[in-house]
Amino acid sequence: MAEFTLPNNSKIVKGEYYKDKTGSNNIKKVNVYRWNPDDGKNPRIDTFEVDMDNCGPKVLDILFKIKNEIDSSLTFRRSCAHGVCGSCAMNVDGVNTLSCIKSHSDIKGELNIYPLPHLKVVKDLIGDLSNLYKQYESIQPWLKTSKTDTEKHEILQSQKDRSKLDGYYECILCACCSTSCPSYWWNGDKYLGPAVLLQAYRWISDSRDEEKKERLKKVADELKLYRCHTIMNCTNSCPKGLNPAKAIGSIKKMLASS
Amino acid sequence: MEYEKNPLTPHLQIYKWQISSLLSITHRITGVINAIAISAICFWFLFAINNEKILLENILNSFLGKFISISLCWTFSFHILNEIRHLIWDAGYGFDPKISKITGYITLISSFLLAIIIYLLGVNL
Repeated sequence: MAEFTLPNNSKIVKGEYYKDKTGSNNIKKVNVYRWNPDDGKNPRIDTFEVDMDNCGPKVLDILFKIKNEIDSSLTFRRSCAHGVCGSCAMNVDGVNTLSCIKSHSDIKGELNIYPLPHLKVVKDLIGDLSNLYKQYESIQPWLKTSKTDTEKHEILQSQKDRSKLDGYYECILCACCSTSCPSYWWNGDKYLGPAVLLQAYRWISDSRDEEKKERLKKVADELKLYRCHTIMNCTNSCPKGLNPAKAIGSIKKMLASS
Repeated sequence: MEYEKNPLTPHLQIYKWQISSLLSITHRITGVINAIAISAICFWFLFAINNEKILLENILNSFLGKFISISLCWTFSFHILNEIRHLIWDAGYGFDPKISKITGYITLISSFLLAIIIYLLGVNL
């Protein structure tokens, strides 16, 4: 069921204020969501004054600067730092994105950084995505074919068929889209969400896969698929510029016309 | 469920409203209002069969009556126009973020125009 307010243990309190110690004239106030699993307190918002004269161009650079120079306990996930791995997905300035490719100069005034919405927090900016991974597993994201041995070594695909995967195979599963979706917030246990449905569509439309019908049948469910109400938060947040809403629309259309 | 007892990260409280999400929730709200309004109007007609004059003239000419009828003109127009937008999506078109933004604004602006037209037509009939 939809629960619009946060439970008591999740209410955010005011945190600490870290004043700038460098004496810089170019200060940006950065508000960061913090939660420590060890102290038993509620989540808080810490405010850091960050010297922007000596900071890289991306939001991730700010986080690194805070971790290196102000508070080393700040916890966040990151790996590749150029928008390929999807680890640093978080809510920046109210919209989910990858902090490594989001320029902080785009954001006027104070910068607000939260973890991905409506997840159980592990620590600070890290949310628990195990439900999403389980759902991803449930759509069986691998090639299914009855071919054996040598036939299976190389299954050819025309350029036209290959182009059907464009806009879908690029998904890096950063979970920005799924955690931006209100339907997924309220029904995340049953509704598959945009990321997993986009992946489902990627396998449904692969010409080499032989279980298109079974895949469609499996996903055709009031809760799994049709909780999508075309709110479009997913497409508006995708840092790779993909279109999960269109993928879900295509699945619905396939089901309606088959 | 290792993290079941951990706090939930904020969602509605922090997520930035966009034209797409705003129109989506408005679509739902107007849908509920329309469903209630249509039922209410049906009951009203049932009563009006016997007491025609009293009900129609007194209520419709009051300020509140005018406000409600204009509001309902808008909820109907908005819901119908946005439903057309949904039908186009269902046909597989208009998913591009830019296009959906444009169709969103068109829907919103024309819903006000349609509301005015319906109201004026109703008043002058």
